Amino acid sequence: MTTTTPGPGRTVLSTAAEPGRSRWAPPDRPVWEEPPTRAGLTAKGAVLGLACLAVLVPLWIVIVTSLSSKKTITEAGGLVIVPRDVTFIAYQELLSGGQVTRAALVSVGVTVAGTVFSMAVSILCAYGLSRPGSVGHRAILLTLMATMFFGAGLIPTYLLVQTLGLTDTYLALILPSAVSVFNILVLRGFFMGISPELIDSARIDGAGDLRILWQIVMPLSRAVIAVITLFYAVGYWSAWFNASIYLSDQNMMPLQNVLIQLVQKQEIPVGLGQAVKAGPLSGLAVQMAVMVLALLPVAVFSPFVQKHFKKGMLTGAVKG
Amino acid sequence: MTHNPTPTRPRSRSKAGPGSRPRSGSPSELRPGTRSPDRTRSSGRIPLGRRLKRDRALLLMTVPALLLVLVFNYIPILGNVVAFQDYDPYISTNGVTAMLESPWVGLAQFERVFADPAFWAAVENTFVLFLLQLVLYFPVPIVLALLINSVLRPRLRALIQAVLYLPHFFSWVLVVTVFQQILGGAGIIAQTLRQHGHEGFDLMTDPEIFKFLVTAEGIWKDAGWGVIVFLAALAAVNQDLYEAAAMDGAGRWRRMWHVTLPALRPIIALLLVLRVGDALTVGFEQLLLQRDAVGPGAAEVLDTFVWWTGLRSQDFSYAAAAGLIKGVVGLVLVLSANKVAHLMGEQGVYRK
Repeated sequence: MTTTTPGPGRTVLSTAAEPGRSRWAPPDRPVWEEPPTRAGLTAKGAVLGLACLAVLVPLWIVIVTSLSSKKTITEAGGLVIVPRDVTFIAYQELLSGGQVTRAALVSVGVTVAGTVFSMAVSILCAYGLSRPGSVGHRAILLTLMATMFFGAGLIPTYLLVQTLGLTDTYLALILPSAVSVFNILVLRGFFMGISPELIDSARIDGAGDLRILWQIVMPLSRAVIAVITLFYAVGYWSAWFNASIYLSDQNMMPLQNVLIQLVQKQEIPVGLGQAVKAGPLSGLAVQMAVMVLALLPVAVFSPFVQKHFKKGMLTGAVKG
Repeated sequence: MTHNPTPTRPRSRSKAGPGSRPRSGSPSELRPGTRSPDRTRSSGRIPLGRRLKRDRALLLMTVPALLLVLVFNYIPILGNVVAFQDYDPYISTNGVTAMLESPWVGLAQFERVFADPAFWAAVENTFVLFLLQLVLYFPVPIVLALLINSVLRPRLRALIQAVLYLPHFFSWVLVVTVFQQILGGAGIIAQTLRQHGHEGFDLMTDPEIFKFLVTAEGIWKDAGWGVIVFLAALAAVNQDLYEAAAMDGAGRWRRMWHVTLPALRPIIALLLVLRVGDALTVGFEQLLLQRDAVGPGAAEVLDTFVWWTGLRSQDFSYAAAAGLIKGVVGLVLVLSANKVAHLMGEQGVYRK
């Protein structure tokens, strides 16, 4: 009988806690392992603690500043670390119509539409390539994978999008980046790991490929589908470059591009100038609030998918 | 041979071409469980027409993705012909016919690129940033992974991971903005210092500090994410090795040196090779966002050079030539890197 002993290098499954034991408690130390030294624990805690603080402190400052009143920000000289009075005035002003509201809606729309489209195309393609021995799957795979080694180049791609008449349409933000070959490979790797007997028995019962994909493969791949959906969604949400070269109408710009304008050029959103100059609105709080809007969806959704990352990343391929 | 209704394995695998490695998996002619008739013929070869009919649904499923890749990844490759022209987008009604009508100039554009000091400055910046990233950025995820891996409390570990993964999902716009707002000239720290009568400073626009700033941004954004791969490798280590090493008297550090690090060695080697293969790409979006603030002298790399000369200065042919040089050299680098990885006995980016 072998029990895996927790030691350095042991993976702690988050579900491995036996009843009655707090998930915050460390597992039992094996007999052969030295007890941890105080100095070691301190050093380890310091490094990891600093790493976490390096991530959290800037975010904290941004969020707290966006929730502070003009008075607090002026008194603190800009650096607000302890919130004294929480006010949502910056968000109210930004989200009551106008430039930032429109940009946020554009971003949400492009992200939802793009992600649904990308997922549909990718899942179909990944399943189509995942049945061993199907005709031509190797050639198709090579065609796709070759694109990972060379890009066509910025200029020809730009000229093509122009020629197709996609400039100044939202399609220009979706179609050119709709397919990520890497994501397809991750999905395919996962689909190939599903037991063939299951698929065979469904086929014998008369199910076609589409039905097998929908009723058997996809329900079994929820984890990897969640991960890839997040990847695509983050990609669309974070994209700004395509909008900057293909869109000329300021009213069509997504949130990230508006954020560039506001912060890099230190502008105030259209229509809020008066409220900042003479009113209760702090320009800094406005900038920070736009940043919070840009990071909020990502920060909310990604931890939910976190536990599947490892599985998702490694069924495909390792790509740094 | 008797007629048996169970599927038989085909005898011959499809002939492996030179360089193709035998793959584990099923034979390549038969899909197990297909309702194809005549599976008992031990010849194992099914006529192509019938296989096409059998896999019709699968092939149709790949069409949308294939179409998109063909249109947006393959067709533009042909567009690189403008690098050999003096391309004038306004010569005709649309981009394609303009390509057909623009005069050919042979390699003149490439000569212009190679004679351009701005191009070589971009090359130099690219390499400086690449080397800096390699030295400063590359070890960080490895160290973090070793540390996280030694955290045994399940909840605490999950919490630390959640925090460290987070910045990876932020857009470059956001990351650069956060750095600007905290460290920039109009940023929070500088303002606070000025409020209290100290000298203000501006880390964001100093060309000297810029390369370190770029590296710091990269570490802040992606080092936590880079941990995943190493954690997975550490999870695969056979735990008995630790016990055995301890029995033989190896202390904490010896165990790390002789058990943990060897387990990471292949993945470290592979990632290193891949990074070198991608050496010419050093954060296009990140640098483009900061180019105005710090000036092209410090921030211009190959990718931004192509953007500037092509989309800003409208010198399409010149930019396409520069982009093509980058693409070809990059391709050679990637393929060589893969070759090296295969020679090291690792899988490259993908099995070939």
